[in-house]
Amino acid sequence: MNIEIEEISKEFGSTAALHPVSLSIPAGTLVALLGPSGSGKTTLLRILGGLEFPTAGRVLFDGSDATGLSVQERRAGFVFQSYALFRHMTVFDNIAYGLRARPRKSRPAGAEISRRVTRLLELIKLPDIGARYPNQLSGGQRQRVALARALAIEPRMLLLDEPFGALDAKVRKELRQGLRDIHDTTGLTTVFVTHDQEEAMELADLVVVMSMGRIEQVGRPDDIRAQPRTQFVREFISA
Amino acid sequence: MTDFPARTAPTARRWRPATTEPAAVKWALIGLCLSVLTVLLFAPLIAIFDEALRRGWAFALASLAEPDAQSAIQLTLLVAAITVPLNAAFGIAAAWAITKFDWRGKAWVITLIDLPFSVSPVVAGLLFVLMFGANSALGAWLVANGFPIVFAVPGIVLATLFITFPFVARELIPVMLEQGRAEEEAALTLGASGWRAFLTITLPNIRWALLYGVLLCNARAMGEFGAVAVVSGKIRGQTTTMPLMIEMFYNEYLSVAAFTMAGVLALLAFVTLTLKSALEWRYADQLATTHRH
Repeated sequence: MNIEIEEISKEFGSTAALHPVSLSIPAGTLVALLGPSGSGKTTLLRILGGLEFPTAGRVLFDGSDATGLSVQERRAGFVFQSYALFRHMTVFDNIAYGLRARPRKSRPAGAEISRRVTRLLELIKLPDIGARYPNQLSGGQRQRVALARALAIEPRMLLLDEPFGALDAKVRKELRQGLRDIHDTTGLTTVFVTHDQEEAMELADLVVVMSMGRIEQVGRPDDIRAQPRTQFVREFISA
Repeated sequence: MTDFPARTAPTARRWRPATTEPAAVKWALIGLCLSVLTVLLFAPLIAIFDEALRRGWAFALASLAEPDAQSAIQLTLLVAAITVPLNAAFGIAAAWAITKFDWRGKAWVITLIDLPFSVSPVVAGLLFVLMFGANSALGAWLVANGFPIVFAVPGIVLATLFITFPFVARELIPVMLEQGRAEEEAALTLGASGWRAFLTITLPNIRWALLYGVLLCNARAMGEFGAVAVVSGKIRGQTTTMPLMIEMFYNEYLSVAAFTMAGVLALLAFVTLTLKSALEWRYADQLATTHRH
């Protein structure tokens, strides 16, 4: 699914989190929103997911206006910064949550839910942890469970807020490849937020550099590295 | 500076962890704590039951069977049964509004929730008498239409609602603040409706705090004296709750009846506390799961 962001702006009270920004994301791309804290990258991600609504502007999914769609209607697989796993549920129940929340008509039967959860646990390479609780998992395992939970709803796109932020350096590198693999297997348009330029450059097909609520530059990692368009980009990517 | 090593040399003593006090201090503190508890808590509690049973079980139980006593017990249970669920619902709503949304005047509302704790219950009672009493326009109209509030059961319920309002909200707000909104947001992105997210995510996460709030609220609802004394008019057999009845019996030198009823009230509180501890013990694992993470 391709995503078109047209002149989106967002104000919280009197402060502008996003000045009008426009961005076009081709179907199946893995995109990084890269910037320091306060650059508006998370706000933009939450607007795509329907968790915030823009003050002005439009969002188009596959050419049709999605600006007014509720968070449930968006069907965006969202991975939160600290994963927001449901702490009182087992890993299995966490992943099954979205399927069980469907209206009765489209809700799969118990056996089908169980089959899909098992398949997702295999996809994230943690087939045996279904019965555990989130607080019994390592940081890296939690991140992968959050990813599986987001994928369970058969999302139209994948949105990840600092998916590697809470992990140590070694696990971070491993899971980068994990996300790349899952993106390539599912073919989902994927947008992730990061403040780590190395992570963005290594993982993404398309990097969107943001600062102070504006998009500074959009391009393939190599192009941005070769031709930083502004002083800010030059300094940020060399940091 | 140069003689530094010589200073530390000759002390030969047993090592103890940095956070541990000498045994004498430890036992003095434990002793002080226990003696205060004995004088202020255990002894009076025993005195109540001793006084109630002075003329035997039969006599004590007979005093509870009196119609006035029966009516007081029933009224207290009725008031608790109405106010506790209502305040649980109000408390959840207030905590939800305060912790899950940002809005103007929020800080002010948080302060306001504590008002019943800081206002003397007698003042609260008088407020209701002023507002709904027969001397006010509203009160006169209500009396004329056959629905008196002051000196009737609705007034007692209102006063108890006011007094016990903060308990549930106060327990829930810190827990819900700490847990944040991310889990609810996750549920919404997975397609759950707001109501479903509340039932399957929020409620299980706050259930312990909610239980504590409800138990405290219940204890206070049954025990409230000041505000209820003002609005009830203390009509025997009609608007007299257990605490009011105890005072009446006591003033009439019916000490066995007074202390028996006091014993029942104390027992209800004791059951509440035991229930709480039993649940804590039984679900220690789950408590740890929901708090750590």
